[in-house]
Amino acid sequence: MENKTKEQFFEEFNSGLHRIGRIMLILAVILLVAVPFVIGAINGVSPDWGGFIAGFANVGIVYIPVAIVEFLVYSPMLGVGGSYLSFLTGNVTNMKIPCAMNARDIAKTEVGTPENEIVSTISVATSAIVTTLVIVAGVVLLVPLQPVLASPVLQPAFDNVVPALFGALALKYFSKSPKIALIPLAIMCLLCIFVPSMITQTSILMIPSGGLALAIGFFLFKKGKL
Amino acid sequence: MDYLSSANAGIFYLIVGIVLAFVVVMCFVFLIKSYKAGIEIGMDKKELKKIITSSATFTLLPSISILLGVVALSGTLGVPFSWLRLSVIGALQYELNVAEIAATALGLTGLNGIENMGQFVTIALVMTAGILGGIICCIFFLKKYLGKISSKPKKAETGEKKPSFGDHATTAMFVGLCAAYIGSYVGKMMPGQYHDYMPLFTAIVAAVVMAVFEFLIQKKDMKVLENFSLAASMLVAMAASVVLQLIIA
Repeated sequence: MENKTKEQFFEEFNSGLHRIGRIMLILAVILLVAVPFVIGAINGVSPDWGGFIAGFANVGIVYIPVAIVEFLVYSPMLGVGGSYLSFLTGNVTNMKIPCAMNARDIAKTEVGTPENEIVSTISVATSAIVTTLVIVAGVVLLVPLQPVLASPVLQPAFDNVVPALFGALALKYFSKSPKIALIPLAIMCLLCIFVPSMITQTSILMIPSGGLALAIGFFLFKKGKL
Repeated sequence: MDYLSSANAGIFYLIVGIVLAFVVVMCFVFLIKSYKAGIEIGMDKKELKKIITSSATFTLLPSISILLGVVALSGTLGVPFSWLRLSVIGALQYELNVAEIAATALGLTGLNGIENMGQFVTIALVMTAGILGGIICCIFFLKKYLGKISSKPKKAETGEKKPSFGDHATTAMFVGLCAAYIGSYVGKMMPGQYHDYMPLFTAIVAAVVMAVFEFLIQKKDMKVLENFSLAASMLVAMAASVVLQLIIA
């Protein structure tokens, strides 16, 4: 396909994804919000609105700014289709982004190209389907599987699945860009050693850490040292 | 009937199943559309299938951890709602936090204090509403935001082709993400309230195994390992954490 035609085709394709994505998310919001009300209606109860407002205020203070920043930071990494699907299916930082990055690495696509967008969307969609199916299978088997899964012997493995993920990814990305990695890694280590309450705030820590890495990367790029 | 029996009623499995069926269908729509678009612009079918296979294998292990999250949440919120929360939008660390905040806002001591379906429905609504931020941003701003970002490189392309920071930016962002997690594991090594050496141990084992894979892929040209390097590194590291725990015990 010629470059101009390819670009036109891709613009139309992306517009289509935006249209479907928006409709999908609006329907999803309606369905998700309806669930607690339907459960309440079946049981003859309704939400305690005072409790809801108090709870939502506490949750919103933390999670609304985090959601906005995550949207601003992660959506360019995920592309159009990848963003709609990732923000709907969740586990964005611990699964969808690593999955999309891994797929791009394998396909060796360049950022900003149609191929990159397509690979991201395919990887995120596949990841979401597999996760949903694994959980469905797990829920179906939950009763007989529970003793195995909850076995204290296996517990350390599943308690540490996220460290296993980030250990492997850190090696991959730190070795790719050691100059970018050094300062954010040192600062995050020192911060978590001297301010232990930060240890449980990785979802917040990743924002300044990512920002710092970006700034260092940009500085090195401008100096021609990347 | 006690609260958990009501929260685990068969009808709720059906409700959650309907919502998840909708999500899976939408994923297939995006997958098929993108696959066809890839073929249309001349991408290799084999390459696209490889992406599907590697994404599926990549996802298997973390999915099992999410399933374990369902098991963990199900003791207090029942299986169907935990299943829904961890399949759509959520992540275990967010859900547990939010559910706990909502429970305390209701005047309960915590999640373990839920006594009736009225409290459960309120907590479920807070959890749902609190996590919709990303979706709302996507509905209203994604098209404009990504349009603005993607229009910038186009301007550059009209002149001499300059090297772009875009490639480095995503790598840098990811380096920052990993730094935050690794920093927290290093912090956990220190004596105190959060003391736990296992996350750092597991991360180091995963990194060492990944280094071996990278060596084999880069230096020995064993490209076939690319698809499995991450999942295998994780699996070995997780197994190592079990062995270490057994040794200590």
